[in-house]
Amino acid sequence: MTGPRVFIVDDHGLFRAGVRSEIGDHVEVIGEADDVQPAIAKIGELLPDVVLLDVHLPSGGGQAVVSSVKADHPEVKFLALSASDAPEDVIAAVRAGARGYVTKTISTGELVDAIRRVADGDAVFSPMLAGFVLDAFSTLPGAEVAERPSFDPELDQLTSREREVLRLIARGYTYKEIARELFISVKTVEHHVSSVLRKLQLSTRHQLTRWATERRLT
Amino acid sequence: MRRSREDRIAGGVAAAVATRFGRDVMLVRILFALAALLTVGMPLYVVMWLLLPMEGDDGSIAARALKDRRGIGQAIALATLLAAVFVIISLLGAGWANGYAWAIVISAAGLVLIWRNASAEEQVLLRQEAEPLMALTSHNRRKATLVRIAVALALVIAGLSILLSGHVGVATLRPLGGLILVVAAIVILLGPWWLRVARDLMLERQARARAEERTEIAARVHDSVLQTLALIQRNADQPAEVVKLARAQERELRSWLFEGRAPGEAHGESTTIAQGIRQIQQDVEERHGVPVEAITVGDCELDDQLKALLAAAREATVNAAKWSGAEVVSVFAEVEPDEVSVYVRDRGRGFDPAEVPQDRKGLAESVQARMTRRGGTAVVRSVKDEGTEVTLRMPRTTGPRQPSRA
Repeated sequence: MTGPRVFIVDDHGLFRAGVRSEIGDHVEVIGEADDVQPAIAKIGELLPDVVLLDVHLPSGGGQAVVSSVKADHPEVKFLALSASDAPEDVIAAVRAGARGYVTKTISTGELVDAIRRVADGDAVFSPMLAGFVLDAFSTLPGAEVAERPSFDPELDQLTSREREVLRLIARGYTYKEIARELFISVKTVEHHVSSVLRKLQLSTRHQLTRWATERRLT
Repeated sequence: MRRSREDRIAGGVAAAVATRFGRDVMLVRILFALAALLTVGMPLYVVMWLLLPMEGDDGSIAARALKDRRGIGQAIALATLLAAVFVIISLLGAGWANGYAWAIVISAAGLVLIWRNASAEEQVLLRQEAEPLMALTSHNRRKATLVRIAVALALVIAGLSILLSGHVGVATLRPLGGLILVVAAIVILLGPWWLRVARDLMLERQARARAEERTEIAARVHDSVLQTLALIQRNADQPAEVVKLARAQERELRSWLFEGRAPGEAHGESTTIAQGIRQIQQDVEERHGVPVEAITVGDCELDDQLKALLAAAREATVNAAKWSGAEVVSVFAEVEPDEVSVYVRDRGRGFDPAEVPQDRKGLAESVQARMTRRGGTAVVRSVKDEGTEVTLRMPRTTGPRQPSRA
C-alpha cells in the first residue's frame, strides 16, 4: 500500500486503535504517540507525511507539537482532529500551522480523503471550521477595526469567492460538489481554501488575535 | 448561635458572636483580647466554647462533658492545684497576680473539659495549637524551639522586672517598655507556630472547597454520563438506539462544558437564531435518530418573521430526517445585515418534484407558504439519488447582527 505515511497523536488508546484499523487499508500508519513530548521525539525521527493530531493532550494543547516540529521539519504536515469543536482550540491548532481541521465524528472515507488532501499540500476545512472562519472574518458594521493592521490588508478579509466556497463547505458540500455548483475546477476550490487557510494563519484580525492570545500563540 | 467551623482561630467563638451581632470577626477578636487583659475575656471565651454547639453538630461540648466523670475530676484537680499555686504566690508577696487568678483557674479547668470532650475534628485543631509544647518532646525541631524559649524567657524576665519595678520608679514610660518586651517574647515564642496554624487552616479550607467541587462534578457525571452508558450497554444490539443515546449525551455534555448550561436544565423558549437552530438539531436528533450537523454564523434576536423562518427550517429538517434516508442532515444558518438564510441539506435519495404524489406535497407547500406569507423565499432543489437542499431566506427588519461566538 503506498498511501501517505501517517502518524497518530492522541491520548486515547482506544481512539488510536480505532483510527488505525479504519484508515490502515488506505494509508500507511507508521507510528503513534500519546502526549506532546513523545510525539515531538518520534515525529522528528520518523518524518511522516501527515500527522493526525488531537488538539487536546494531557500536557497541553496540540499546537505545541505543531510549532515545535515545524521549526525543524517544515515539510511535515498536520491535520488537527478534535472532539471539542471549541473555536479557540481549532483556531489555535490552525494558527500554529495545521493544514486543516476535522471532527472526530468524521466518516472513514472523508478522513482518508482529508489525509490525502493534506498530504498533497491542500487545506481541509470541516463545515464547523468554515463556519468559525466566516464568523471571524465577517464585517461587523463599525465595530471591526484590526488592533494591529496586517502588513497586507488583504489578509484581513475574504474575497467574495472565498466566502462563497466557505459557505458551501459549511452547508455540507464536498469539494467536487462545490466545483460543480460554482462552475470552477476542483483545483480552484482547493486554491481558494488554501488561501483562506493562509489568511487564517497570518491575519491579525481582532477576533483571531484574541483567540490566539488567549492560548498564548501570537 | 453556633461556633464557626471555617472561620476560627481557637474555638470559633468570635465568629459566632460576630455573626449573631452582625459585626466584623476581627473586631470581636480584638475585643476578646482586650477583655482578656481585664481578666474576663479568657474565662468568658472558654465558657462560650463549652456551651455553644458547633455548626452542624447537635450538642455542645458541655453536654458531653457532663457525662465525663474523669474529665470533671481532672478539671477540679487542676483548678485546686492552680488555686494553691496562686495562694502561695500571693503569700510570697506578688499580690498583683491574684487579680488574674480566678480567670486562669476557670479557663484552665474549662480547657481540660474541652480537650477531653471536643469532637475528633476539633481535637486535631487543638493538637496543632498545643504544638509548641509538644515540640519540646520531638527531636528534629527541639533545638530551635529551645533557643526560642530561651530568648522569650529572657525577654519575659526583663519585661516583668521592668514592669514590677515600675511602681517603684518614676518614669511612666517604664511599664510600657516592659509590656513591649513581654509582647515581643510572646511573638518570638509563638509567632512561627501561629503562622503555620493559619496556613494549615487555609490549606484545609481550600482542600474542602476542591472536594466539594469534585463531588458536584461527580454527581453531574453520574446523573448524565453514567446513566447513558448504562443505557447504551443495555441497548447494545440496537445500533440506531445507541447512536441516538450517544448523540444526545454528547450534546448535553458539550452544552455543559462549553456553554455552561447544566444538564437537564430547562432550555425554555429560544430567543435567538443560534439557539433556535440548536433546538431544532436537538429535537430532530432525539425524535428521528438522524444526526444533524448544525452550524450558525452570526446571531440575532428573533422576531415574528424569523420565528416563521425557524418553523420552516424545522419542517425541512424533520422532512429530510424522515424521508431522505440520509445518514446525516446538514443545517447551515447565516445571519447577514439584511437577511437571514438557512440551508437544509441531505445526501439522501432525493425526489423529482414532478413525481411527488399530491398527498405528499407537505414540504413544498407548507414550507413555501410559511415563507412567502412573511416576505421570504423558499427554494427546494432535489436530484434523484443525490439529495435535496432547501434554501430559506428571510429579509431582516430589526436588530443588529451579533457575532455568534463572541
